Amino acid sequence: MANDPIHQFHITKLIPIEIGGLDLSFTNSSLFMVATVATAGAFLYLTTASRGLVPSRLQSISEMSYEFVANMLRDAAGTQGMRFFPLVFSLFMFVLMANLLGMFPYFFTVTSHIIVTFALSMLVIGTVVVYGFWKHGLKFLGLFVPQGVPGVLVPLVVAIEVVSFLSRPISLSVRLFANMLAGHITLKVFAGFVVSLASFGALGVGGAVLPLIMTVALTGLEFLVAFLQAYVFAVLTCMYLNDALHPSH
Amino acid sequence: MFTAPAFAQETEAGPEAEAPQAPETHSEVGVEHDAGGSFPPFDSSTFPSQLLWLAITFGLFYLFLKKVVLPRIGGILEVRQDRIAQDLGEAARMKEEADAAVAAYEQELADARARANAIGQEARDDAKARAEAERKKVEASLEGRLSEAEARIALIKDAAMRDVGQIAEETAGAIVRQLVGTDADKAAVSAAVKAARG
Repeated sequence: MANDPIHQFHITKLIPIEIGGLDLSFTNSSLFMVATVATAGAFLYLTTASRGLVPSRLQSISEMSYEFVANMLRDAAGTQGMRFFPLVFSLFMFVLMANLLGMFPYFFTVTSHIIVTFALSMLVIGTVVVYGFWKHGLKFLGLFVPQGVPGVLVPLVVAIEVVSFLSRPISLSVRLFANMLAGHITLKVFAGFVVSLASFGALGVGGAVLPLIMTVALTGLEFLVAFLQAYVFAVLTCMYLNDALHPSH
Repeated sequence: MFTAPAFAQETEAGPEAEAPQAPETHSEVGVEHDAGGSFPPFDSSTFPSQLLWLAITFGLFYLFLKKVVLPRIGGILEVRQDRIAQDLGEAARMKEEADAAVAAYEQELADARARANAIGQEARDDAKARAEAERKKVEASLEGRLSEAEARIALIKDAAMRDVGQIAEETAGAIVRQLVGTDADKAAVSAAVKAARG
C-alpha cells in the first residue's frame, strides 16, 4: 500500500496494552510522541549544558526559541502572562518538534490526528477557564459582555461571544490537524504521481518531472507550515490566556 | 469526543457494511476496521491510547521543561544581561575615574602654576626690598660723611676766621711801620681792625 496517501496515518500497535476494556497500547503514535519529547527535551537540555556566556550556535537556537515564545506571551498577555510561560513553551516545542519529525519519510506525524490536537487545545481552553474562574470568579463571565455595547444588542453580542468562545478549541485543534493532514496527503499524492507517471515509459518519465518539481516545492512549503502552525498554535494560546488574565477586554 | 462518532459514522457509511458496530466494540474490530481503510484520524478506537500516551509524554515534557530547562535558559539569559549591565557600569565607572584623574591633573597643574608665580613674586619682592635697604644704607652713610665733612669745613673756617684778625693786626702794624717808621699803638691797630671787620 505504498501509494495509499492515507496509509501514513494508520496507527499500529507496537506493545498491546489493555486495561479495563480500554485499548491503551503503545503504538507508533506513542512512539513518536516519545521521540518528539525526547528530541526536543534532549536538544534543549544538551545545547544549554555548557551555560555559555557567549552562546554556541545550538545554544543560541535554544535561547532564541525561549525568547521568541517569551516575547510572544509578553506581547499578548503582559507580564502577568509569564506564569503560563512553561505551558506555552512546552506546547510550542511539542507541536513544532512533532510537525518537523513528521517531515521525515516513513515517520508518523503525531499532530495529524485530531484527538491529539483536540486534547492539546482542550488543555489550553481548560487552563483558561479554570484560571479565569479561580482568579476572577464570576467576573470572568464579563468576557462575554464587551464594554460599550448598546443595551439592545447585549443578548445578541453575548450569544455571539459564547459561540465564539466555544468554537475556540475546535478551531484551534482542527486548524493544526487539517494543515498537517492535508499537507502530508498532498505530498504523498504528488509523489505518487511521479511513480505512476514514470511507469508509463519515456514520455511518462518526462511528464513525471512536473509532479517531482511540485513535490520538492511542497516539501519546502510543508516545512514552513510545520513551523507556522506551531507558531499559530502558540500565539492563539497566548491570546486565549490573555482572556483568562484580563476578562474585561 | 462529541464530534468523533459523527465523523466515524459518515466515513463508515460508505465502504463497510459492519460499520455501526465499530464504535461500540473496541480494539479487535478497530484493527480490522483500519485494515478495511477507514480514515485513521477519526477511528475512535485509538483515542484512549493516544490520549494516555499524549498525557504521559506531554506531562513529562512539561515538567522537564518547567523544572530543568526553562530555569536554566532563563538563568543563562539573566547572567548574560547582568554581565552586560555590569560591564557597562564598570566602563562608566572607569570613564568617571579617568575624568576625575584628568580634572585632578589639571587642578594640580593650575596649583603648581600658581605656586610658581607666588615664588617668583616673592623672590622679586625680596630682591627689591633688599636692594632698597642697601640703597638706604648707602645713602645714610653718604649723608653721614657729608655732614662730617661739612662740620670739618665749618671748624676749619672758624679757625681761619679767628686767625684773620691777628694777621690783619700784624699786617696793619707792619704797614704802619713801613709808612710811618714807628711802631703804631697796638691797641689802636686792633681797634681799627675790629672796626674794619665789623
